[in-house]
Amino acid sequence: MSIYQVSVFVENKKGRLADIAKVLADNNINIRALSIADTTNFGILRLIVDDPQKAEAALKANNFTVSLTHVIAIEIPDVAGGLLQALEVLNSENISIEYMYAFIDSTEGKAAVVMRVEDRKAAADLLDKHGFKTIEG
Amino acid sequence: MFFQKDIETMKRKDIEALQLERLKYTVKYCYDNVPFYRKRLSEAGVLPEKIKTLKDIRYIPYTTKTDIRDNYPYGLFAVPLEKIVRIHASSGTTGKPTVVGYTKNDLNMWSDAVARIAASVGVNSGDIAQISFGYGLFTGALGLHCGLEKLGVAIVPISSGNTDKQLMVMQDFRTSVLIATPSYALYLAEQMKAKGIDPKSLSLRIGMFGSEPSTLKMRDEIEANLGVFATDNYGLSEVCGPGISGDCEFRDGQHIAEDYFLPEIIDGETGEVLEEGQEGEIVFTTLCKEGIPLLRYRTRDLSSLTYEPCKCGRTHVRMQRVHSRSDDMLKIRGVNVFPTQVESVLAEIPDVASHYRMIVTRDGYMDRLEILVELVNASLLERYKELEALHDRIKGRLRSVLGLDVSVKLVEPNSIERCQGKTKHVIDKRENG
Repeated sequence: MSIYQVSVFVENKKGRLADIAKVLADNNINIRALSIADTTNFGILRLIVDDPQKAEAALKANNFTVSLTHVIAIEIPDVAGGLLQALEVLNSENISIEYMYAFIDSTEGKAAVVMRVEDRKAAADLLDKHGFKTIEG
Repeated sequence: MFFQKDIETMKRKDIEALQLERLKYTVKYCYDNVPFYRKRLSEAGVLPEKIKTLKDIRYIPYTTKTDIRDNYPYGLFAVPLEKIVRIHASSGTTGKPTVVGYTKNDLNMWSDAVARIAASVGVNSGDIAQISFGYGLFTGALGLHCGLEKLGVAIVPISSGNTDKQLMVMQDFRTSVLIATPSYALYLAEQMKAKGIDPKSLSLRIGMFGSEPSTLKMRDEIEANLGVFATDNYGLSEVCGPGISGDCEFRDGQHIAEDYFLPEIIDGETGEVLEEGQEGEIVFTTLCKEGIPLLRYRTRDLSSLTYEPCKCGRTHVRMQRVHSRSDDMLKIRGVNVFPTQVESVLAEIPDVASHYRMIVTRDGYMDRLEILVELVNASLLERYKELEALHDRIKGRLRSVLGLDVSVKLVEPNSIERCQGKTKHVIDKRENG
């Protein structure tokens, strides 16, 4: 019902994202999804990877500020209106989303959405009840 | 123009005779009335009788800002508090300010010194002076205020800030003399341009600028944009405040009121006294102060002296404009900022490392201070707003401790260069000259 997300603090500095990608590549970690939010000063890079614990350790060893947290990831039909259904479910129970990002699972032809909500368990139960398949991390 | 021509044009040998008499008096006065000095002088084996010539001042140990702070608040006062009629203070490193007290005679001496530097750049009783320094503990505003009042100038004590009102008053009250920091003068000029106010339509004729180091380029810029005769003056609150020295009409060095203050230039590292013309740290001994007399006070300001006669007729020594300081203290928009103040703020916030870097730049004519802080608490990454909150908390604390708006930049841990031994916390990119 949940998946690990790796969050990395990134300074707005030339080449920093490449540095992170290199650490992951050198450790043979595959990035499945990512999102970056930034201000003029700093950014937070959020990653879904195939081995989150290993990614965290590798980045920490390279002096990055890293945290590992649970987020919800659900499968949604890769068709028009697919996302809307999931959002309407959450909306009906007044669950607000702090941020989200999506990726497409190439093998299954399905889209997946990663979301951060205040009460993860309540949101996951609710989505489950409405037939959304959550992805295990 | 002179305020006290007989004193300002005294012959060199008469100045020195007066200084020697007053130096002897001051050393004895300190020895008799301030336990700190009695102990210092005794330890150095300098009894007041040892001072027989002006050069004998070299036997006396230096006094530093730390000495004043260690005796916070009144420990260096030489008179009982009932003789004190004014107390000022300047910002300190640990939240405790440096406190100075003035007797009636001190205020009288101080206002004479300020009246002299005002008269020497052409200010007279027909003028209307707008004082745009902040009134308060800071010596700048009240120092100029009392000196100009003595000269018979009409004073508009508008204080700092509220630019629209400053401009309205400048137009409607027909301000002829502006008292401000040079950076604020330039800011006013910019605002006038933006509002379509033609400087030629104003009555402004003289600017007396001080309280922060400035460059000749800034002076030229002020003259071009504000249409004033721009002059500099110098002072520091520990010694008395503004009025220690100021430009004359020739603006070739600032005349020091030598009957009140005895200057020396020293090598800041070795403490050795330097020759005329050499640049070093300027040190002052007060010759008439009663409230808080100072013996060989180290200002940390870098300057040099020239005793050459000046075209204006004044005989008092001139000091070169102060363009930098010999220690870490930064002056940012006229406010004293110490790296230790930043350290104390960061030490209270566990989410960041204690290592930091201060970067000072000048954007147009405004000083800017940016502080790089290393983020160490990874749990704040989960939500963006927590990082924003941390950023705002640091900025808010710095604002209240420094009395200044700074920009804060969160950076990655260990990204700020560490050095062996003394770490360089400050990078000052401002142009000096």
